[in-house]
Amino acid sequence: MKGTNLGEFEEIVLLTIAALVNDAYSVAICDELEKNTGRSVKLGVVHAVLNRLEEKGLVKSKLGEATSTRGGKRKRFYSVTSSGKAALLKAREVREQLWNRIPDFILKGAS
Amino acid sequence: MKASQPTPPKWAERLLCWYCRPAILEDLQGDLHEYFERNVKAKGVKRARLIYILDVIKFFRIYTVRKPEFINLLIHWIMLGSYIKTSGRNIVRNKLFSGINIIGLAISMSVGLLVIALVSDFRSYDDFHENKDRIYRVITAHQRQDGPPMNLATSSVLAGKRIKESVTGIEKVTLMRRGFGGDAKVGESVMPLSGIWADEAFFSIFTFPLIQGNPATALKDPYSLVLTETSARKLFGSENALGQSVKFDTINYIVTAVMKDIPRLSHMHFDVLVSFATVDLVKPDMDGGFMSWSNIYSNYTYILLPEHGDAQTVQASINKISTAENKALEDQRIDLNLQSLGEIPFNARLSNPIGLAMNGIALWILGGLAMIIIMSACFNYTNLSIARSLRRSREVGIRKVMGARKMHVLGQFIVEAVIIALLALLLSSGVFMLLRSSFLSMEPKLQTMLSLELSPRLVLQFMLLAITVGLLAGLPPAFFFARINIIKVLKDISSLQVFRHVNIRKALIVVQYTFSLIFITTTIIGYNQYKGLISYDLGFSTENIVNIKLAGGVKGDLLVKELKELPEVTDISRSLMVTSLGNIHGMQVKYKNDSSGVWLNLIDENYLPLHQHKFLAGRNLHAIAEGAEESEVVVNEQLLKRFDIAKRDPLKALGEELLVDTMRLTIVGVVKDFNYGTLESTIEPLIMRYASIQYYGNINLRVKTEDWPATFARINAIWQKLDKVHPMEAKFYSDQIQEAYNQFSVMVKVFGFLAFLAVCIASMGLLGMVVFATETRLKEVSIRKVLGASETKLVYMLSKGFIALLVIAACIALPATYFFFDKVVLVKFMYHPPMRVSELILGFFIVMLLALVMIGSQTLRAARTNPAEVLKNE
Repeated sequence: MKGTNLGEFEEIVLLTIAALVNDAYSVAICDELEKNTGRSVKLGVVHAVLNRLEEKGLVKSKLGEATSTRGGKRKRFYSVTSSGKAALLKAREVREQLWNRIPDFILKGAS
Repeated sequence: MKASQPTPPKWAERLLCWYCRPAILEDLQGDLHEYFERNVKAKGVKRARLIYILDVIKFFRIYTVRKPEFINLLIHWIMLGSYIKTSGRNIVRNKLFSGINIIGLAISMSVGLLVIALVSDFRSYDDFHENKDRIYRVITAHQRQDGPPMNLATSSVLAGKRIKESVTGIEKVTLMRRGFGGDAKVGESVMPLSGIWADEAFFSIFTFPLIQGNPATALKDPYSLVLTETSARKLFGSENALGQSVKFDTINYIVTAVMKDIPRLSHMHFDVLVSFATVDLVKPDMDGGFMSWSNIYSNYTYILLPEHGDAQTVQASINKISTAENKALEDQRIDLNLQSLGEIPFNARLSNPIGLAMNGIALWILGGLAMIIIMSACFNYTNLSIARSLRRSREVGIRKVMGARKMHVLGQFIVEAVIIALLALLLSSGVFMLLRSSFLSMEPKLQTMLSLELSPRLVLQFMLLAITVGLLAGLPPAFFFARINIIKVLKDISSLQVFRHVNIRKALIVVQYTFSLIFITTTIIGYNQYKGLISYDLGFSTENIVNIKLAGGVKGDLLVKELKELPEVTDISRSLMVTSLGNIHGMQVKYKNDSSGVWLNLIDENYLPLHQHKFLAGRNLHAIAEGAEESEVVVNEQLLKRFDIAKRDPLKALGEELLVDTMRLTIVGVVKDFNYGTLESTIEPLIMRYASIQYYGNINLRVKTEDWPATFARINAIWQKLDKVHPMEAKFYSDQIQEAYNQFSVMVKVFGFLAFLAVCIASMGLLGMVVFATETRLKEVSIRKVLGASETKLVYMLSKGFIALLVIAACIALPATYFFFDKVVLVKFMYHPPMRVSELILGFFIVMLLALVMIGSQTLRAARTNPAEVLKNE
């Protein structure tokens, strides 16, 4: 397995999954990312990342119920696993530490 | 899903299904569909579809692609034994169907095998030359301003020499000349031999291994002679031939080498080779202008390109030579082209060929016909397999329940078809062996051209054909079975839609019968036409006439004197040529100021009465003493018409003078028009002059005998007494005419055979369908019978559908054949017997009769079954 370090985009996707709680499937994640980051996100990229996260064991997925939309195909819902949660917390901790070390005047003026 | 909603393109969805891993397929499909719906709203259906397609292609990534399932292949391998076993059981269980399939495929493939063997033989022509790929022949295209173009295998000596001197990019050039021949004398023994002149580069271009002698110098000096092993043995027996001298006419040649015999599959054949240097010394101007650019009739030029040489650049430089030389020509053009060695055996349309060749188009036609027949047999297989699928679909259902995938079912049925095809191959190889000898004996030329022997490569090609046929025949039923729905099959077998494609199958039966009818009517018409051609009233009598060819050894006078002694010979005459066989002699004739080319025959005073030519006016030619002046000529009606002599009145034309060469000849007789050439050409103006035929020409005997072999033996004895060297060539006139039209007899035989096969296959297919159709309707028949239907009614009910199909086939085939003959074939013959509609109807009745016997026997059997037996089983 590849390194367990989270990439930047992986982290955002993981956070989005966590934020969407019970409604995290590929298209919704895409939309959410587009809404929050303001940049256009391709389905293919998200798909690849989800696949990678699942390989790393950071998320798990299960198929939902079939509906009349999507050509009758079921959605695959993702949720964050405990190791996913740990990875997120760890990433956040690293950032917090770094934030804490930055003296206030350095970032003053940036809005 | 609502039907009205736009959907993404089907093929893109299928592509996705095909490549995507099953684990993530559904999710991905859903996602793409959701996006598609969104795009439909935002950007319209067309854009949405395009984006969908692009997305499907974009998602082709390592993590989405399914891994090849080795396990599947492994299962195939393990199951192969089982497939073979079940196939074997099935073949044995359904003897009728397997029999129809195997025999049908076998006889159809035998034609395919023959075509493969033929093509393979022609392709392996000249394979023994090490440089086969690099050897080219220079051929000539001659175009006169007011004439048809002529293509010749020969070229001028000048062309050969020019190419040798000035064209770069050629490794070797050899010049050859045709027409060497005569009686070779060694001491007392005489042997007629023929061959070609060739220069010293000959052996470095062609691979003809020498047994004795040096290939580099064997053809260098004038009067050098190279013998083949056989001709050396004929001339010298077991003695050493090298260095001996052989005399042709008055010239002595020295044997400088002995070469191995030429393999049969060589495009050129000869008994001897003579050094080209001899030509210059012996008779350089025998046909005028030895070094003339337009003397294109006697010489062959072969070139050898260097390795990786380019034929096109050589062709370009040759074109420059022709352009320069053509400037000096008036009203004509001579172009030189390169022909590779591999093309030679497939091009029979060149004049002055060095050896025999096959018409490439004829091979294609034969191949096409073989394809039609094979496809017909394949279709039988497909049709019968699907028709009896009711019995096997349960087996497939259970296999599927046990875990067989589509692939496995496909594999099983294809294996079965291939096994049947291979069994058929065994049978058809036997048929091929029988066919081979009768095919070769159809035309004497074929025997010298072809071997058709089995080689490992040929056997491999046969196997390939069988496997291809198996795949072709097996794929449609295999797909049919692979798609079977398990639940339907196991729950209620009758719900299976066997007759879904029933119209296609009916159409195919019509196609089969159309071809059968076309083949069989073509054969009947062709046979009648051929019979008509050889018994056509040529305008003179050919009955009981034997023609003996003078070979140059005996003087005609002597022979005639001896032959007159025979009591069986009632009449005897001499002529330059035998007419109506396709040979033509011609010369220029002038009447007043009008000059024209006319046909010619040289005859003696007995010729016209012997052949019973009808005189419209005047009398026969008088004999002329040797050395006396020639003054008389007999002409035909067409000549009067051509020159408009005396307003075409034969009586008044007598006494008119024609200028022939420098002689003034008086018309003393006018004969009724007769067919001088073959029946393919129109009757043209003709003159007949008196000549004393001595060493070349023909002796015509009218023979009256009960015992032809004894008479022949007596004539032969006289010949042998006078000429010990040459065997006698004596033939009945009627046989000679038959030979002249032999190509048509060959065509009729080929078509007859194909017709036989087509009818066999179509009949078997029909039989299978009828058996199946009556079996499935047995219950219906029984109930009808119980309710009071008569046997005839039942037979009518069961067979009317099939008979309707046959009638449709006849409606297509008969007019098609009629127009084919009327507009394409028979226009080639100026004179032919009329085509009769009864011939078409006869063909139709033959086919109908066969079909009716088959339909009738099966339907009658069904109609006669005891209804109690059938209905009891319910």
